Amino acid sequence: MDDAIAVRDLVVDRGRRRVLDGIGCTVPRGAVTGLLGPSGSGKTTLMRAVVGVQTINSGTVTVLGRPAGAAELRRRVGYLTQAPSVYVDLTVRENARYFAALQGRTVADADAAVTDVGLAAAAGQLVGTLSGGQRSRASLACALVGEPELVVLDEPTVGQDPVLRADLWARFHALAAAGTTLLVSSHVMDEAARCDRLLLIRHGRLIADDTPDAVRAATGVDDLEEAFLRLIRAGEAGPADIGEAA
Amino acid sequence: MNPTILAATTGRILRQLRHDRRTVALLVVVPTVLLTLVYYMYADQPAPPGRPSPFDRVALVMLGFFPFIIMFLVTSIAMLRERTSGTLERLLTTPLGKLDLLFGYGIAFGLAGVVQSTVAAAAAYRLLGLTTAGSAALVVLIAAVNAVLAVALGLLCSAFARTEFQAVQFMPVVVAPQLLLCGLFVPRDQMAGWLQTVSDALPLSYAVEALQEVGAHSTPTGLMWRDVSIVAGAAVVALVLAAATLRRRSG
Repeated sequence: MDDAIAVRDLVVDRGRRRVLDGIGCTVPRGAVTGLLGPSGSGKTTLMRAVVGVQTINSGTVTVLGRPAGAAELRRRVGYLTQAPSVYVDLTVRENARYFAALQGRTVADADAAVTDVGLAAAAGQLVGTLSGGQRSRASLACALVGEPELVVLDEPTVGQDPVLRADLWARFHALAAAGTTLLVSSHVMDEAARCDRLLLIRHGRLIADDTPDAVRAATGVDDLEEAFLRLIRAGEAGPADIGEAA
Repeated sequence: MNPTILAATTGRILRQLRHDRRTVALLVVVPTVLLTLVYYMYADQPAPPGRPSPFDRVALVMLGFFPFIIMFLVTSIAMLRERTSGTLERLLTTPLGKLDLLFGYGIAFGLAGVVQSTVAAAAAYRLLGLTTAGSAALVVLIAAVNAVLAVALGLLCSAFARTEFQAVQFMPVVVAPQLLLCGLFVPRDQMAGWLQTVSDALPLSYAVEALQEVGAHSTPTGLMWRDVSIVAGAAVVALVLAAATLRRRSG
């Protein structure tokens, strides 16, 4: 049926800078959609608009059939911020239990969420004593604990070792198979191939909205990084500052 | 407000405090140490005839002042950390209401203030020989209301600070004038008229007047209850203003 997220003509200025310049896209339900682009391209701002914490200049963002930020969405949307936003002076378990309580979930749900991100052994540790990758997973557990219909994850795999990264992507696909919609940002192009659909943004504009295979077919190259480079070049008059996209 | 979320938030803040044992120890011990200092400062000062001894006069006000200054500082920093660590932004995407968060802080640090002032009052009455005409329980009650007021002001001020340095600077701005003008150093009725007007507008003045009522009268007076109500009312106003500074959407 309808899409999980529908963005139309979204314009956002932060300070005097235009961060999103007329973005329009849709995110289908029950799939993993990758939001890719270089650092500073507007990925986080778009995600903040989707979860309803970004002030916008114009345009509309519809999430699960409601305007983004509507009160009833707060039970249905999970958000992982880019920097791990968990309490460093609480243990992993205490963090998960607090965010579980906010979503009306039980202690058992919280402990399961901690186990699901591979932190069972560190559950009793203060978050402040964890490595960066572990902290990020503690934060992920807090985003997933309410079993939201839509999960918005801002760079969830940064700093994770390759095995864990593969585990996390397997888990994202398992969630999608169970009907959850995931919007996952990354600035690492090799993660693009793991997504069901791709949104590529650069300088606040959308330059691709398709499946990885369709992007490959349209550009005639197998490597998605190279494919994106060609899309950028095709979309611009001159090769002004392509180096930034890498 | 949602009772489950409010309880979870209060518990979470208290757990954070519990993990920081050094802060807990400082919260509990420092007021007693400072009161002991005040005791020796005034040990050789004679009591003016018909008036409370200098130690009784100063220590009583101090019992209300410690939770005020300390809870203000603790809250400003705690709330600033919520803002800068991204936890506030995340909380505002959850079903948590703004008042759940603000009252959670009010209750959690209010309770910390009760513990702090109970220990300080016990030391003052038992070890240092503080005497008041009224009950020590009323002193602790006024100290607790003061702690809640300080939490509310700290939550409000943290909205105007972007860094810890700025947050700490609000302490002299908000706390020092209230201490200077509360009637401890110069009785309020002996101040210049315009200073009295300023003093009348500062909530700590009423807390100090309430404490002085407990010091002078064996039963709670109407003036004391009026003053306690004013302090509590100021706390509610500050909490509502703090709620207005919390925006779910930001640039």
